Amino acid sequence: MQYMLIFTEPTEVFARREDPAEAPAYWGAWTSYMGAIAQAGIMVNGDGLHPPHTATTVRVRNGKRDVQDGPYADVKEQLGGYVVIEVAGLDAALDWAAKSPSAHYGSVEVRPVLPPPAR
Amino acid sequence: MSKGDARTAAETAARSSYGRLLSLIVRSPRDIAAAEDALADAFAEALRVWPERGVPDNPEAWLLTAARRAAGHARRHLGVREAAAPALEQVYDAMQSRTTPEFPDERLKLMFVCAHPAIDETIRTPLMLQTILGLDAARIARAFLVEAPAMSQRLVRAKAKIRDAGVAFEVPEASVLEERLEDVLAAIYAAYTLGLDDVPGEAAAGEPLTQEAVFLARLVVLLLPQAPEAKGLLALMLASEARAAARRGPGGEYVPLKEQDVRLWNGALIAEAEACLRAAAAFGRPGRFQTEAAIQSLHNQSVMLGEVPAPALLQLYDVLVRQSPAIGAAVARAVAYGEHRGAEKGLARLDEIAAARVESYQPYWAARFHLLQAAGQLNEAALAQAKAISLTQDPALIAFLTERLNRAS
Repeated sequence: MQYMLIFTEPTEVFARREDPAEAPAYWGAWTSYMGAIAQAGIMVNGDGLHPPHTATTVRVRNGKRDVQDGPYADVKEQLGGYVVIEVAGLDAALDWAAKSPSAHYGSVEVRPVLPPPAR
Repeated sequence: MSKGDARTAAETAARSSYGRLLSLIVRSPRDIAAAEDALADAFAEALRVWPERGVPDNPEAWLLTAARRAAGHARRHLGVREAAAPALEQVYDAMQSRTTPEFPDERLKLMFVCAHPAIDETIRTPLMLQTILGLDAARIARAFLVEAPAMSQRLVRAKAKIRDAGVAFEVPEASVLEERLEDVLAAIYAAYTLGLDDVPGEAAAGEPLTQEAVFLARLVVLLLPQAPEAKGLLALMLASEARAAARRGPGGEYVPLKEQDVRLWNGALIAEAEACLRAAAAFGRPGRFQTEAAIQSLHNQSVMLGEVPAPALLQLYDVLVRQSPAIGAAVARAVAYGEHRGAEKGLARLDEIAAARVESYQPYWAARFHLLQAAGQLNEAALAQAKAISLTQDPALIAFLTERLNRAS
């Protein structure tokens, strides 16, 4: 089964990306985590994302486009990246989620990926 | 065997076979709802027919044949039932090709699914009661004091999550087995304590869940003989079950342990609880349920012998609060300290518990009432009493709490 691991990080952790003292450790942890996923041969795809202040949110209501600065919801933890993996079941997906850096300072939501519709 | 006993035996056999078959059928589509639907008519027929005509020689084969027949003509819930049809046929074929008509018992795996950490804690017990024992949602809803449609909906949602999120039907590997088993045991114990709160004789509440919980614990002990905590849980519940007849007076009023008529206790159950606890202790792997069982055992002995080995009891409670995060354990410890080391010591133990955790926990307020009263702080005791009464629906317990204050004032 395929699962998307959705990594969310608190604001202060996003700040670490830019901090010269902390950035190497921050990126190092992600690089080795993604490397481990690739090595295990379970990677489907995945990306890191720019921080939430770069987000723009679009809604179309009654044919009118509403564009707003910022992410869809202003909450303490924000989406920082995602990866889709192919594993046997939920337990394996949860194990991989628990190994991620953001599990330790933010959170990881695990969702099964819908299979493509049968034709 | 009386007619009532025959009925009970037939129902137990039907529930046992139902759970065994369901856990076999459910594996491949991972679809509990579909498997339940495939067995529903056959199970209803078994519950109707077996008490009258007796339990068939091979109950699983009987159920399976009835389920295939029902699948043949009934076209109700077509889509759902269809999802389990291949699994039903597969189990049937396996049965035909076997020389001995023995079915493997996969119920343990199903229990681990129901109590999986990805499943909301409050729905684990209802799920287990429904899938392993075939209790219907209305019956479960009564025990949990919620409306039947609400319980149904929560069960449906939980089963959809199990199916769609890919929760595995397997016994967890050794490295996490103990931790995961704790969740299974906690769900069973929740059914038991819920059953204890049931008011006997109140038709609306249904029969207490205590018997069902004991059945589930026996099942885990049977299927996981190397798990001392499962034996500990069974010992704990049996030691408490042994006192069932003495727990309520002739008018249904609540009788505290020390005032119970020991002659009403069930000696066979006490002996079984003791044997079970000894077997658990032999593994040398202590745990919360073994400690709780040891405390129950000590309570039973104290009442029978008329003397309480206080140091041993308090030591067990100290161990228990280190093993178990449950508020119940902390409150019970405070009561024990109050009884054997003075009310002030008991109140001090109660004050150690975080206020937010006890706000709506009835036993805490009952214990506080009791200890404040013993300490002579009657005004504060009355406040705690009012709070304790407001948190229970059991008229016998309310009467008990009310009478205690009147007696003191």
